[in-house]
Amino acid sequence: MSNDVKISIEDLTKVFYKKNNSVTAFKNVSLEVKEGEFVCLVGPSGCGKTTLLRILAGLEHPSSGQFTIAADSDFRPLQSMVFQEKGVIPWLTVEENVAFGLNMRHLPKEFIRKQTDIYLKKVGLRNFSKLYPNELSGGMKQRISIARAFANDPEILLMDEPFAALDEQNKFILQEELLSIWSETKKTVLFITHSIDEALLLSDRIVLMSAHPGKIVNEIKVPIPRPRTMEQVRANAEMAEQFIAIWNHLQQEVQRSRG
Amino acid sequence: MRDEKGNGLFDPYETEQQEWKKQQVKERSKQLLTIISPILILLIWEICSRTGILDIRFFPPPSAIVSTFFELATNGLLWTHVSVSLYRIAAGFLLGVIPGVVIGLLMGLYAPIRHFISPIVMALMPIPTLALLPIIIIFFGIGDFSKIVTIAGSVFFPVVINTVAGVLSIEKVHLDVAKNYGASPKDFFFKIAFPGALPVMLEGIQMGQAIALLTIVAAEMMGATSGIGYLIWTSYKAFMLKEMFVGLILISFFGFLFSLLLRGLQKKIVPWR
Ligand SMILES: Nc1ncnc2c1ncn2[C@@H]1O[C@H](COP(=O)(O)OP(=O)(O)OP(=O)(O)O)[C@@H](O)[C@H]1O
Ligand SMILES: [Mg+2]
Repeated sequence: MSNDVKISIEDLTKVFYKKNNSVTAFKNVSLEVKEGEFVCLVGPSGCGKTTLLRILAGLEHPSSGQFTIAADSDFRPLQSMVFQEKGVIPWLTVEENVAFGLNMRHLPKEFIRKQTDIYLKKVGLRNFSKLYPNELSGGMKQRISIARAFANDPEILLMDEPFAALDEQNKFILQEELLSIWSETKKTVLFITHSIDEALLLSDRIVLMSAHPGKIVNEIKVPIPRPRTMEQVRANAEMAEQFIAIWNHLQQEVQRSRG
Repeated sequence: MRDEKGNGLFDPYETEQQEWKKQQVKERSKQLLTIISPILILLIWEICSRTGILDIRFFPPPSAIVSTFFELATNGLLWTHVSVSLYRIAAGFLLGVIPGVVIGLLMGLYAPIRHFISPIVMALMPIPTLALLPIIIIFFGIGDFSKIVTIAGSVFFPVVINTVAGVLSIEKVHLDVAKNYGASPKDFFFKIAFPGALPVMLEGIQMGQAIALLTIVAAEMMGATSGIGYLIWTSYKAFMLKEMFVGLILISFFGFLFSLLLRGLQKKIVPWR
């Protein structure tokens, strides 16, 4: 059983040290994510979700503790991150943005072209491949970010509120597209969101965090069969209860941080 | 509401077309104004010096300057001066821009390099390169190369400073993306820092171009045996003011031309803006 653990985080702590006051972003966080699992990280603002993801992404160092990402193949990169809307690079065309990770790994040109084409098609941006991002809408930019991460074919995917800046309709469409690409590739995903709806729709498991200092307080399995629709999620009585439980938790956390 | 097909008055396309036409007229009148202003000045100058409001010895009328230009052009001497100056400008410009861009990118990307080189740049920048011309001439002689070095020296600073500012203006998330996707130092340099800094860098290059022209004239006035600056200086000393004005107007013309060229280039190489 333990050999299909994909991400294993052990006792991770991150402190931001400053001259007068240091901030503990999160303390003693341990988490295991299974191969192919879709896990959503939900918690109040400032509980260290972004920091945790950035550590996994190699953009920040942990203060103590460790994590491992199990590698199945030497060929694949360990992880790729889907950044928010602004993560699309403005001086690269849509196509070059999607090919970015592959180009950075200096893979054969022909392979890059094919792989890029596949994912451009999957996110419906094939007709826009030669345009620059500033000519596209927010939703389309986010499609570029998703295509770029999947095209890189990493061991795991990290996503930090990728749909937070989108309107409801676009968010809906992109959530479905993400689920459809995910179900084809069966990647392990760690996904941050503030939206409980989004977490229930997307994930196999929701990890609930508390702030000051950030820690994991609860885990909720989401046993709704896939493929899912928002209607199914909304109609599910057990999930409605979970929704309220998570809602109350977040509500309390916000009150606590104010008081 | 009343008419979907539109009776002309309410047709949205018609309205927008009218709007567009108005815009076009405005654009054209702007262009016209840009052309008219130098012509107007020349015209006033012409009238003033012909009617004696301006002393004709110091301000020969533009028409006389033009005929002097053709005299100089036909005897061939003008072209040697012009081509010598253009060569020095081009070579000095490149010799200033290329190291300016490379060092600027390195300074922008690597904080230790930036902190090491910054004080040197800041200390050297206020010294006018022209003030160093005597030393430069001792080292590089009175020929082309001393002029090229002088221009390079004064072009370098605005380019380096703007390139650093350009790299520092790159959004942090783009650096994170590059790091996350495993960009090598070389890719960081060419795929992220260079294009990311380009818009601000080009402003520095535009400034460098203007400084190159200022510098060449002064450098050729002080220590040269050819070039537009030399032409201006020797004409002035011989009190041949028409010839002097030909030189001055040529410099102004080239400044204008280079600015236009660079602006055109800017649109070409920064297509994502
Ligand atoms: N570079 C940094 N320097 C100092 N403190 C930081 C830094 N980055 C984050 N922090 C602090 O660490 C804590 C966690 O921040 P983080 O951005 O990870 O929270 P988050 O859970 O992602 O919040 P949100 O939901 O608002 O995005 C916050 O208190 C924040 O102020
Ligand atoms: Mg965050």
